[in-house]
Amino acid sequence: MALQRVLRQFLPVLLLGAVLGAAVYATRGARLEPADFVFNNGTEVQTLDPATVTGVPEGRAIRMVYEGLLVSHPETLAPLPGMAERWEVSEDRLSYTFHLRRNALWSNGDTVDADDFMWSFERFLDPRTAAEYAYMLWYVTGARAFTTEVEDGRPRNSFDTVGIERLDRWTLRFQLEAPCPFFLELMAFYPMFPVCRRAIEDMQARFPDTWEKEWLRPENIVCNGPYTVKFRRVNDRIRFEKNPRYWDADSVAFETVDMLAAESYTTSLNLYLTGECHWIDVPPANVIQELRSREDFDPIPYLGTYFYRVNVTRAPMDDKRVRRALALTIPREDIVETITKAGQVPAYTLVPPGIAGYGGASMPRNATFEEDLAEARRLIEDAGYGPGGKEFPTVEIHYNTSDAHRDIAEVIADGWAKHLGIRAKLANQEWKVYLDTQSNLGYDVSRSAWIGDYADPNTFIDLFVTGGDNNKTGWGDPRYDALVQAANLEADPVKRFELMSEAEAVLMEELPILPIYYYVTQSTYSPRLGGYFANVKDEHFPKFWYWMDDEELAAKRASYPAENFERVKTSGPPKGLYPPADPRSRTDSKAGKRKVVRTTEGD
Amino acid sequence: MLRFLFRRLVWLAITLLVVMSVSFFLMKNVPGGPFDGERKLDAQIEANIQKKYHLDWPLWRQFAHYVGPFNLDDERALLASGDGGLVLWRSELAEGEPTTAFGGVLAGDFGPSFRYKDFTVNDILAQSLPISMLLGVLSMMFAIALGVSAGIASALRPGSGIDLSLRLAATAGIALPNFVIASFLVIVLVFMLPLLPVAGWGTIRHMLLPGFCLGLVFAAYIARLTRTGMLETLSADYIRTAHAKGLSSRTVVMRHALKGGLLPVVSYLGPATAGILTGSLVIERIFFIPGTGSHFINAATNRDYTLAMGVTILFTVLVYVLNTVVDMAYTLLDPRIDLEDE
Repeated sequence: MALQRVLRQFLPVLLLGAVLGAAVYATRGARLEPADFVFNNGTEVQTLDPATVTGVPEGRAIRMVYEGLLVSHPETLAPLPGMAERWEVSEDRLSYTFHLRRNALWSNGDTVDADDFMWSFERFLDPRTAAEYAYMLWYVTGARAFTTEVEDGRPRNSFDTVGIERLDRWTLRFQLEAPCPFFLELMAFYPMFPVCRRAIEDMQARFPDTWEKEWLRPENIVCNGPYTVKFRRVNDRIRFEKNPRYWDADSVAFETVDMLAAESYTTSLNLYLTGECHWIDVPPANVIQELRSREDFDPIPYLGTYFYRVNVTRAPMDDKRVRRALALTIPREDIVETITKAGQVPAYTLVPPGIAGYGGASMPRNATFEEDLAEARRLIEDAGYGPGGKEFPTVEIHYNTSDAHRDIAEVIADGWAKHLGIRAKLANQEWKVYLDTQSNLGYDVSRSAWIGDYADPNTFIDLFVTGGDNNKTGWGDPRYDALVQAANLEADPVKRFELMSEAEAVLMEELPILPIYYYVTQSTYSPRLGGYFANVKDEHFPKFWYWMDDEELAAKRASYPAENFERVKTSGPPKGLYPPADPRSRTDSKAGKRKVVRTTEGD
Repeated sequence: MLRFLFRRLVWLAITLLVVMSVSFFLMKNVPGGPFDGERKLDAQIEANIQKKYHLDWPLWRQFAHYVGPFNLDDERALLASGDGGLVLWRSELAEGEPTTAFGGVLAGDFGPSFRYKDFTVNDILAQSLPISMLLGVLSMMFAIALGVSAGIASALRPGSGIDLSLRLAATAGIALPNFVIASFLVIVLVFMLPLLPVAGWGTIRHMLLPGFCLGLVFAAYIARLTRTGMLETLSADYIRTAHAKGLSSRTVVMRHALKGGLLPVVSYLGPATAGILTGSLVIERIFFIPGTGSHFINAATNRDYTLAMGVTILFTVLVYVLNTVVDMAYTLLDPRIDLEDE
């Protein structure tokens, strides 16, 4: 029983030691000083590797630390010089030449040159990198073959077959297969951002097994963007620190930025309301009503559409009269007014508004909703259902588990029952199961949404070509395919948009999808935040951010329209925080504020 | 005692093997994969990704590679032929090509996370487990302190007003879900009286609210168990003897009765700790705490196979070890129990 006695004496000591050890370890990072700017990114990012990343939160993180050939204007999203200081487009719009700036450095001091870009693009397209967005670069000659033709796990073709060419140390040329009107916009899209070849190769040599993770660790990652990574903890935050070697560092105001990964909308709002966070992208739905009257919440149209896919391989939805009847009966106004509430707009097209120059085509409607309903009833009777006809089978509305989707489905099911006598039942599935069911056409009607990757109708129109990966409706129409094909080959932008509109008209006549509403942005941010603009992609660019001083804030408030701009408490320093290049930058206040942030963080 | 520990160790190994196999094959049978998203990928790109993460292998090989101790990776392993098959010894090992013979759980490697691609599962667990443990210990200390004192107070005067109100409070504590209590406390202690930070992790002030909310329900259970245990012990003969010997009632309660009265509580501590660790999901979400509890659920919904397996294995070991510790603590408290008899 000696062991027992020993245990009796040492167990409490051991336990106490373990608790203290855990306490020290678990609170490391607590001594990080508060950051100049904190925003909630809504979830933990999948990776900081620009090549293998997809998703809005990931894009925000990538733009903090890397910069591509081009960057986007914070408001209009038009391409601006980034790593490339100028560029030329050939007459036939098939060849793009980029001239790199010579003062661009990596955060380790190396120069960013054409070799880094060549290597990064090769890596991005290489099948072994397994980049989800690789197809975005398939507009370049040979790129598709390079990614998809695999032999022994390696690309069969050499990278020389791809139309990306290094003309000299500072010049790159891209050769396209067909004109791509948004190619410049694409070059400002985060998967196209470069990585530091030498840094990664160093890591490959040092850690032959684990280099794929090693080069991304905060202490190893080499960046060419406005910030570098200081500290990272999964499901907590990424602490960014200003990159002093960034070519435009004088335009960057914040020394430190925290990107949080809080998933709960309520918690996110709580953090915002207590001033611990200065920008949140989505507030909880139940407070939107109250937020709408405030100056810090000003939704604008967002490049996304909420719609239902219809499985056209199943009767009776294979009949386009039935699909049109279903589309006409959706009570869109009720949905945006009583459920989504943030100012969403009822949708009658696939492509959302906000793409300059694109007319689009709406599904044909009658003068009033009542007439729509009457037409819908006629269509159902014409199709042979209803009184005197066959009984309409029960329709299943399929959606991924979420209260908002359920509420919308209930309103729609109710509308179909009331106006058409069609019984609809709701079927929710967990996200990944739902995706699986949708891809395998295991549904009748399925909730869907699409957010545009770039401000061009192609990002939506391209979805529904026959057999497209993201079609998922079983629908196809040679007329549609021909129009999309013609538009893709059309060099004249005006004609191209006309062709796209014609394609959309076909889609809205056939209705393999039932449009419901267009999204709006829901960003809520401290009114003191400067350099921040609402835009159709809800994309924001850290290099332009700064804190306004009281004077500028007052001027901004004076320019508000009369309604819905109730003043709220602002977070951020009353003296403002401007980039060094700005004449309003106060060096005196900075002396106190800009102490070098030191933490006891070991790694 | 040593024989007892050895026996427990053997059973732990068996339990782990069963848990691993069942959860691995269950998970692989659920529709959807880690790289499925709103956007369906081009078939070749999808194949490239599957290949990179070995999802193109037959299930048995994925399982064997995951469990280890042999690494079955085509590129580097001693047992791979390089063209997808397995051999007894890698025949054509190129000059200077690095090899990695060992891998998998048995070699201490839980693999790369499929969702958080910059981290291995080991990294993620090493980051989040201490946070969860600290939070768990805090709420446990809180639950024991509150629960035991309430239980004793109740047991000393059964049927009194104190007893009734404490029992009512305990029932309420069990009945109210912790997110309701959390929301209520946030409104009062953060927005009405700005005393504590609303969420986040860092200082001890950040831990008070979540620790309290997480511990409350366990405090309620502990109060009820303590009360029952104490009532039984207080009527035992040896307590009457102690009183008869003229000891003060304080000494009788604290030195003699408490030891016996707490036995039910001790046996509850094992499951309670497990409950705190696995049940902290909601609290972690509300208070934005980067602990392990949220991975327990999120990894499954993300189909992050390796992370889900890692958390499952970790929790299995933790619960098992904690139960063993509880059994050992039993013998320290009650001389009538001997582990050798088991």
